[in-house]
Amino acid sequence: MRTVVSVVERVVETPSTVTLRFDDPRPARPGQFVMLWVPGDDELPMSLAYVGARKGVTVKAMGGTSRRILDLPVGTRLGVRGPYGTSFDLSPRRILLVGGGSGTAVLAPAAEAALANGSTLTAALGATTKKELLFEERLRSAGATVVVATDDGTAGERGYVTGLVERLLADSPFDVVWTCGPEVMMQKVVAAAGPRSVPVVCSVERHMKCALGMCDACALGPYHVCVDGPVFPAERIASLPEFGRTKRAPSGRSVPA
Amino acid sequence: MAAVGVELAGIRLRNPFLLASGIWGESGESLKGAYAAGAGGVVTKSIGEAPRDGYPNPTIDTYEQWGMLNAMGLPNPGIEEYPREVAVAVAAGVPTIGSVFAGDADAFAAVARRMASTGVLALELNLSCPHAKGLGSEVGSDPAEVERVVRAVVRAVTVPVIAKITPNTADPVALGLAAERGGAAAVSAINTLRALAIDLNLRRPVLAHGLGGLSGAAIKPVGLAVVWQLYEALKIPVVGIGGIRTVDDAIEYALAGARAVEVGTAVAFDGIGVFGRLAAELPPRLDALGFPSWGAAVGAAHPAPGAAVRTT
Repeated sequence: MRTVVSVVERVVETPSTVTLRFDDPRPARPGQFVMLWVPGDDELPMSLAYVGARKGVTVKAMGGTSRRILDLPVGTRLGVRGPYGTSFDLSPRRILLVGGGSGTAVLAPAAEAALANGSTLTAALGATTKKELLFEERLRSAGATVVVATDDGTAGERGYVTGLVERLLADSPFDVVWTCGPEVMMQKVVAAAGPRSVPVVCSVERHMKCALGMCDACALGPYHVCVDGPVFPAERIASLPEFGRTKRAPSGRSVPA
Repeated sequence: MAAVGVELAGIRLRNPFLLASGIWGESGESLKGAYAAGAGGVVTKSIGEAPRDGYPNPTIDTYEQWGMLNAMGLPNPGIEEYPREVAVAVAAGVPTIGSVFAGDADAFAAVARRMASTGVLALELNLSCPHAKGLGSEVGSDPAEVERVVRAVVRAVTVPVIAKITPNTADPVALGLAAERGGAAAVSAINTLRALAIDLNLRRPVLAHGLGGLSGAAIKPVGLAVVWQLYEALKIPVVGIGGIRTVDDAIEYALAGARAVEVGTAVAFDGIGVFGRLAAELPPRLDALGFPSWGAAVGAAHPAPGAAVRTT
């Protein structure tokens, strides 16, 4: 059901990402998303970066609408449908989180909940550059061990986060890997964890319209990301021909991811 | 147990529950999934000459108790791309009906010819989308145009042609008769009813397109009325659509005259498992109501022949 909320806080997280907070008491679990309606503009699926009564979405400037969302001031009224979709199982004790860019936004509330439950969590964060690192402090203050890789070497190790992941998996035992980011990155995470029999859980993104498992816009193999995802055990999706290669455009055409 | 197999326009279906057009029909894998879930057959998303993105979101607004509004805007990958999707379903043996739309008879015939070549068992002509300029019901509200379109498509293809009729008109029966004259093997009814949702707080229409189409429980009585009238007036079979979520809904449509039914909005509320539930519950329910088969229920609410004056 749709509700109308007002933006009560706006936080500039990085040069390309902004968090908007709003009060919506409907219960949500880490990993779920809402359909966020900017009246007069568009309605987009947004993973919840904060899942409590004061919810939040962390938006990265991608297309026209997401770019405009970045500039919405406190007080802006928004429509919200949801929360929808699957969530992270918080029971594993030793968790490796792998976040690429703004993908960390959906992982952060899961990390906070798991750490509060007594799990240990190592977060490997990747970004293009130091200024684009998202939620490094948030995760550290929640009790995570945080390691970082940047493409330009301005923070942490120079290179891709997947290099860190190889070493972390080799050095320490983990019960699960949670990952969200570019699908090519998630594929590498799956490839690294597979030989060590560490299960991987991925949060994936597709264009969405109805968010009710009806319109087929977010079809991914036999699944619909809006109801069967966005959080999937990797073994369900990693071998699909689409994963890491194609997505569906608004018309339903299959296009390169 | 009551037999629930259906023969519709020469197509044999294991049960009367078809996946309605626009639901789960953009990808071949989804069409396969709907059949695996228990549907008797599937109708594809409506496909046009060229790719269409459809309208911006919000494209839907839901009300669990009585249904939903949508204005998707006929998004589709276009008839050049779509055959590879439908091929996935056809190769898997899914009884598939290809839905097509266009702006006039010639364009309809061109898209229909291409769709028919994919191995679909029949075509459904979308003459009834209520919110696309120059398409859908804007073509399908004029009986003469309906007849022209149906005739052009029937000449262009060898598979049976089903005309999907709009309820957004004073006289849907005239449209059904026009389709029959044009050579349609069946008609399906109804598409969504033109509708508007307003957000009280934002003081604006909810759907980006403004006007949309209403579906779900709220339109069942309207669908029943149109099916009833079409059954009375036409010789060709009628496919009932509108607000079917339970076997009792479906049997009511059969009693009104529907040879088969399409299910759409229920998928949003109950998931694709609705088809398995409907398929499993239909035979015992027909038994309980004293019908030896689904076919025995079709038209059974109408007065016996000779007992009433038919409207044709």
